Amino acid sequence: MKFILNGTEVTYTGALNASLLDVLRDEYRLTGVKCGCKEGECGACSVIMDDRLVNSCMIAMGQAADSTIISIEGYRDTDRYAVLDRAYASVGAAQCGFCIPGMILASECILAKTPHPSEEQIREGISGNLCRCTGYNAIVTAVSIAAKEGEGLW
Amino acid sequence: MEMISQSVTRQDHAPKMSGTALYVADYPLEGVLFGKLLYSSRPKARLVQVKIPALPDGYLVVDKNDIPGENRVHIVQDDTPVFARETVEYIGEPILMAVGPVEKEVQHIIDQIEVVYEDLPPILSMGNSDTVFFNYEYGKGDIVKAFVEADKVYMEEFDTGRQEQAYLEPQGMIAEPHDGRMTVHGSLQCPYYVHGAVAKALGVEPGRVQIIQDVTGGGFGGKEAFPSILACQVAVAANKAGQPVRVIFDRREDMEFTSKRHPSHSIYKVAVKDGKVTAMDIDVMYDAGAYTTLTPVVLQRGIICSSGVYNVENLNVHGRAMKTNTVPNSAFRGFGAPQTFFAVEMMMDHIAKDLGLASLEFKQKHIVRQGDKTSTSGIYHFPVPLPDMIEEVDKACDYRSKQIEYSKPQSGRYRRGIGMGLYFHGAGFTGSGERDFIKAVAKLHKYPDGSVEILAANTDMGQGIKTTFTKIVGQELGLPLDRIIFSNPDTDRVPDSGPTVASRSLMIVGELLRRASINLRANWIDGENQIIEEHFKEPDFIVPFHIESFEGDAYPTYAWAVAAIEVEVDTLTGLTDILGAFGSFDVGTPIDTNVVLGQMQGGFLQGIGYASIEQIGADANGRIRNNSFTDYIIPTAMDVPNMVTMLHVEKYPDGPYGAKGAGELALVGAPAAYAEAMEMALGTKFNHIPVTAEDAMKSLEVAKL
Repeated sequence: MKFILNGTEVTYTGALNASLLDVLRDEYRLTGVKCGCKEGECGACSVIMDDRLVNSCMIAMGQAADSTIISIEGYRDTDRYAVLDRAYASVGAAQCGFCIPGMILASECILAKTPHPSEEQIREGISGNLCRCTGYNAIVTAVSIAAKEGEGLW
Repeated sequence: MEMISQSVTRQDHAPKMSGTALYVADYPLEGVLFGKLLYSSRPKARLVQVKIPALPDGYLVVDKNDIPGENRVHIVQDDTPVFARETVEYIGEPILMAVGPVEKEVQHIIDQIEVVYEDLPPILSMGNSDTVFFNYEYGKGDIVKAFVEADKVYMEEFDTGRQEQAYLEPQGMIAEPHDGRMTVHGSLQCPYYVHGAVAKALGVEPGRVQIIQDVTGGGFGGKEAFPSILACQVAVAANKAGQPVRVIFDRREDMEFTSKRHPSHSIYKVAVKDGKVTAMDIDVMYDAGAYTTLTPVVLQRGIICSSGVYNVENLNVHGRAMKTNTVPNSAFRGFGAPQTFFAVEMMMDHIAKDLGLASLEFKQKHIVRQGDKTSTSGIYHFPVPLPDMIEEVDKACDYRSKQIEYSKPQSGRYRRGIGMGLYFHGAGFTGSGERDFIKAVAKLHKYPDGSVEILAANTDMGQGIKTTFTKIVGQELGLPLDRIIFSNPDTDRVPDSGPTVASRSLMIVGELLRRASINLRANWIDGENQIIEEHFKEPDFIVPFHIESFEGDAYPTYAWAVAAIEVEVDTLTGLTDILGAFGSFDVGTPIDTNVVLGQMQGGFLQGIGYASIEQIGADANGRIRNNSFTDYIIPTAMDVPNMVTMLHVEKYPDGPYGAKGAGELALVGAPAAYAEAMEMALGTKFNHIPVTAEDAMKSLEVAKL
């Protein structure tokens, strides 16, 4: 099967019931995709699949056929990432960092859908991504800063 | 604001944002064997036989017979085995490790192993235990006289539950044997704790062991002692295999088999005369689990905090830690203090209600002041800013008027309450620990090109020490931050600055680095290598602490906090909305405002989780039933949308620029604020945490009867 991974078409020949998470980490060595629970609860393994945020641990490779997958490794070269990067830095929103790649992709999905989100929309948009360090305030603030600073990008 | 308080970009921001930071699970797999542990399925049993199937080539099994050194993990009392001895003492005790090149095959071997147990009667609750691991008692004044002369005596009991640290990155460790040495790296808080433990298990000179911290995805105490156990197991396996071995826990394994916060049961007997508390007689019991790990130190802090922020002149405190056949409990942010702070705050609140007084008004009459004696007959050497902080919180949330309004009888579907917790956190090790045991050393290495490297054993697990240490050195030397290097600690390169625990790193080691920087600045020679070393020295003002009698300064200074929580309970569903959480926190001078606010907000929310939704259930054999994020619920971004954290600054002269310990504070007193709010909303009493939706429903059922 083929799918587009971070902008490049790749051919995958392994088991179709393998999880996208394991394949991204072990075969493509995309270790920015974190494994926090493997049960679809924590969001650390979030990637963007066909413009939707998904827990990659819950996606079987068979489902990923012909899809477009973006992980943090593909997203970090974009202008939108640069805006989020500055916004997160300005409030110190990355503590232990383990939830952050997933959180960044969740932030992207919020802003792609709602370029000027309310605080409630931001909180809802990251509610599938657990963070145990920050209490979420700084992350929520960072997304709202990015919405302002990235005017026109989303 | 002091210049040092101005926020900078965290030193580890870029790799964590971009996903390039290497956590232990991210290292290449080539040439590394997978290890998986076989855990006891019985709470207490004699191991009769372990039947191991024929192993394929390249696979091996490692157990207690493969330990070259001692089958004891060096923690405090060293009773924790590396692998189970003749008996197993809890469900989850590691019996052996299977190791090999293909992960699935290793799991298959584990699944095939048959263990023959001879079951022994387990003790599953501390109330039924007759094994007392630790037993302390201390007091002051004349408690007998105070109770005889009391107008009224109150007695209540309090219970607190187990709490899971729930760091996002599970535990993991890799051991690599090479050149007659063992290098272990992984997710850990305390490189030198792990170093001592691995050397003992391998039975080798300390110089043959190297420990390196990898980027660590949260700790909260859960990676204080536990990594020593896992590191010993992985090192013993790598030693036998002669090849690198890695163990990365999955979430269920991590939640079920690693240490948690101690459950507690306490009995408070309080004498009141002329509207004031004159004496407390406190009996505290902590559930240690099957091995002692850090329990003695946790219990010490717990009982020292048991009279809260109040001046109680006649005091008797008895604390015991009981053995049960459950997973050992150990360090968790707050380290024994959240349990007793919950109890004493609720006790004071309940007495106030009985006396017909507003809770805060009653509490305020008893708050300690500078110069007063501490519970252990030490001295509060510095100003106590609680009165001002109470006003700050009152201003932020209108606490006093809401307290009056919500205390009136309520009807209707939605009912509101507000509560307030007053608390402190003693910064640094308890008693003379820093002076007698830790003896911290920190170094600076100035290179010929003028860059400076920080050599310290303290780890950044997200709390920001890379940033704050770097700022201190940069400030004193007038260097831009990118000229200062602070790598993850490697015991081959850094001195033992002590563990990254007890809210001590910034206050103690940060001050050593500040002094080293001043020294380097004074002796700076261009173009040369220079190494400056600083050693911990106890401040002169300290009243020496004696652990046998619990007398003296348990802590040099205190971080202070006031937290208020406002709730609205839906009486139809029992569900609670947290309308607001408001905290004022004094950790001295913030070395970086964003870093400190991050600690306060994260700790506050973790404390609210502890108070409201986080609980661990066990079956009749003591097996933890909710071992995943599906059924052990931690707060999401939706749960406390209105959390306000304010910083109050009372400088500590012996901390760098006036800084005190910050990491643990915010969590400690949040539970009482929540429980008081729930009591007010429902017009009832809660003597336990968590106060769950089920508890709310139960209290409503009772009220209808």
